[in-house]
Amino acid sequence: MADTVAAIELKGISKSFGPVQANRDINILVPKGTIHGIIGENGAGKSTLMSILYGFYKADAGDIFINGKLTPIPDSQSAIRAGIGMVFQHFKLVQNFTVLENVILGVEDGPLLKSSMSKARKVLADLSREYELDVNPDALIEDLSVGHQQRVEILKALYRQAEILILDEPTGVLTPDEADHLFRILKGLRDQGKTIILITHKLREIMETTDNVSVMRRGTMVGNVKTSETSPEQLAELMVGRKVLLQIDKQPATPGEVMLKIENLRVRDIAGVERLKGISLEIRKGEILGIAGVAGNGQSELLGALGGIQNATGSVTYKGAALPLSGKGADGRTRRDIGIGHIPEDRQVLGLIMDFAAWEDMAFGYHYLPKYQKNAFTMDNEAIKADTAAKMATYDVRPPIATLAAKSFSGGNQQKIVVAREIEADPDVLLIGQPTRGVDIGAIEFIHKEIIAMRDAGKAILLVSVELDEILSLSDRIAVMFDGQIMGFKDPKTTNERELGLLMAGVSGEAGK
Amino acid sequence: MTKLPTWADVVLVPVISLLLAAFVAALVLLAIGQSPIQALNVMVEGALGSAYGWGYTLYYATSFIFTGLAVTIAFHGGLFNIGGEGQALLGGLGVSLVCLYLPMPHWTMTLLLAMLAAMVFGGAWAAVPAYLQAKRGSHIVITTIMFNYIAAALLIYILVSVLRPTGSMDPASARFPDAVGLPKFHDMPFLQDLFLKYGPDGLLKLSKEGLPTYQRVPANVTFFIALAACFGVWRLMWHSRLGYEIRAFGKQEKAANYAGISSFKIIMIAMILSGAFSGLMAINNVMGQAERLLQNSAEGAGFIGIAVALMGRNHPLGVLLAAILFGFLYQGGASLGLETTIPIELRTVLQGLVILFTGALDIMVRMMLGWFFVPKTATAKGAA
Repeated sequence: MADTVAAIELKGISKSFGPVQANRDINILVPKGTIHGIIGENGAGKSTLMSILYGFYKADAGDIFINGKLTPIPDSQSAIRAGIGMVFQHFKLVQNFTVLENVILGVEDGPLLKSSMSKARKVLADLSREYELDVNPDALIEDLSVGHQQRVEILKALYRQAEILILDEPTGVLTPDEADHLFRILKGLRDQGKTIILITHKLREIMETTDNVSVMRRGTMVGNVKTSETSPEQLAELMVGRKVLLQIDKQPATPGEVMLKIENLRVRDIAGVERLKGISLEIRKGEILGIAGVAGNGQSELLGALGGIQNATGSVTYKGAALPLSGKGADGRTRRDIGIGHIPEDRQVLGLIMDFAAWEDMAFGYHYLPKYQKNAFTMDNEAIKADTAAKMATYDVRPPIATLAAKSFSGGNQQKIVVAREIEADPDVLLIGQPTRGVDIGAIEFIHKEIIAMRDAGKAILLVSVELDEILSLSDRIAVMFDGQIMGFKDPKTTNERELGLLMAGVSGEAGK
Repeated sequence: MTKLPTWADVVLVPVISLLLAAFVAALVLLAIGQSPIQALNVMVEGALGSAYGWGYTLYYATSFIFTGLAVTIAFHGGLFNIGGEGQALLGGLGVSLVCLYLPMPHWTMTLLLAMLAAMVFGGAWAAVPAYLQAKRGSHIVITTIMFNYIAAALLIYILVSVLRPTGSMDPASARFPDAVGLPKFHDMPFLQDLFLKYGPDGLLKLSKEGLPTYQRVPANVTFFIALAACFGVWRLMWHSRLGYEIRAFGKQEKAANYAGISSFKIIMIAMILSGAFSGLMAINNVMGQAERLLQNSAEGAGFIGIAVALMGRNHPLGVLLAAILFGFLYQGGASLGLETTIPIELRTVLQGLVILFTGALDIMVRMMLGWFFVPKTATAKGAA
């Protein structure tokens, strides 16, 4: 590898946002034709670094070399010209365009689309053959699964002749099978001489896929190692700066009485499509019921119906009394009043008002409580701020500045704000959706401990997660959802990823694959 | 885009936008063969150079404060209320009905009733589009625009067929009784001396009874109500539970739903409040100045409120300052028409330019400023 040129070399990159130094003197060297992992806690500066490389931000200092040549990248157009392609965590696709239309969007050859389309069709056919990147070029994006949409993003980059591909947390939304497929594609691309930068927080992916790995912590690069010469434990320690427990330490559950009894729960979306097709389950005091499943199989609707966000039919009994599922009493506020807390799946869309200050968000959903009021009209902003400062200290939210806007916090710290708010409200039932999505290892460990502590305090917990590791390590019982139904219940001690993966794909136990 | 420091965002951006607008206005003046310097002098002299000028500037500003606040409240709820004009017209109707049919022995009592009526009428006029938005998803921008036309037509009908005094040819209501007239600035003991009339000899002009006489200005007690309204809206938006819920809903509707904030409730309340503030404007122009209901009483103030809110960054303090600026443009523009050969329509051009630069091209100014701010912070960091 010594004789190859570096596809990318970053020298002395620094970037600060006001008082926050997101990148401090970063040096990194990515040899051509390798898969290079970048890991680090949320807020460590990975995304900033990649944004600089892709021309979204301009570095305060430092140089970028592409293939050994000094290449300034003032905007993403220049990045594309330099052969850099980016696959974002949140796809940038036009939902009601076909695959082909999305691929040529912005690089059409002329005012008429016909020639570009037929050219792209040919290129796409070649690429699919070469790299297992098969997608129907005439399918609408909205009809594609998440895994296929991601392939379209990769195809888009390749169509623009990207030699360097950056993938930001690519497996967050994929099933284990889809993730495996993605990694096969990436390895194929590497073998054809492409360079791949993989940003992830999943140590297993780093170990399985990458050739080299760089570790970032608080804006600095703390390690560049060959993957073959390191271990997950060592990487985790580098990331967090201390020893991390990768395995959760928990006692067996002692389930008590049934808190929430769900029978034949059904939800229809606006288009009238049934998203939840008769779910029945029970959640007991002092247990964590994990819901495994690929995103979009009704988990969101289940949380929505129980959290009072979405109308549903069927029957839900809470503490022995019927819970209204639509109309009066079926709203988030009433749910909180009777002791049902909810950490929503999407903190940026549901859990937080991103433009609000942290203190305003720390009271969000509980802002009407008497302890936050001065009088009938005025809120006690000072009391909320004091309360926020205390919670930020307990939950180690960084930076602990109550007046900072929620959007200025890293994903992990945003999540800690939500978790702090919902756990400190001391609910009897806690609905949790994707508690650690986009959250760094240090914060994951913390949030997991809090969830276990809630269980041990006798709360009933419904945990929805697309991370099988998380479901397996936290749950006391596992229900697998597919297509709005429950495929089966499993015991985490006796099941495994393979078995759950099959159920998640809608294959019942005996049928096999 | 680079994030500007707060002071640059709040002070520098509007000031530069204004200068740009003034620059283009100067070009327009040059093009029609007028002197921009002279025009500026006349405007400043006419609008700000005397207590008399201020008496008009603040009168216009008062109306714009109300309509600006109205747009602000709705905006925080994520609703674009373009119906200020119609709501102000209806507010005027409410005010007129009180002044004509329920006059109280003292103007303060009539004022309270008239304010109530203005808010109820303006709020009700906003409630219909709000309901349509909340329940049926009809877009509030479209419906409020339509309601402006309906309001204008309704008002003509009422003026011609109901309120017009018999024998009058004018589509206007009867004059309000004298007892309901609001005190103008020149009536107020503590401001009165500013408006003393002097003769050409430099001596006080005296009335037949030998008392000093005063210049009459339309600015009236409503200005102080407008100031209180600014404070009230600030308290409402940033210190009350309702304001918190309105802002939460306006920023992220889905999150508000998660928190159990009813979207129906917020849309209705925010729009009714917004309409109520638009309606309150009528206290200033109908009760305070015209003292009868005229056909086009709102005179476009409802639309100017949009520009005022935009320029004032949807903050009551900003709205206050922007309203005074637009008051200046209105009165200064009128002086141009009176004292120079520049046509009064130039006032509309000026407003247009100010709206264009402070509202629509605001991002351009920000971007240009961004270039100045980036290297500065970068070098500062480099040196450190």
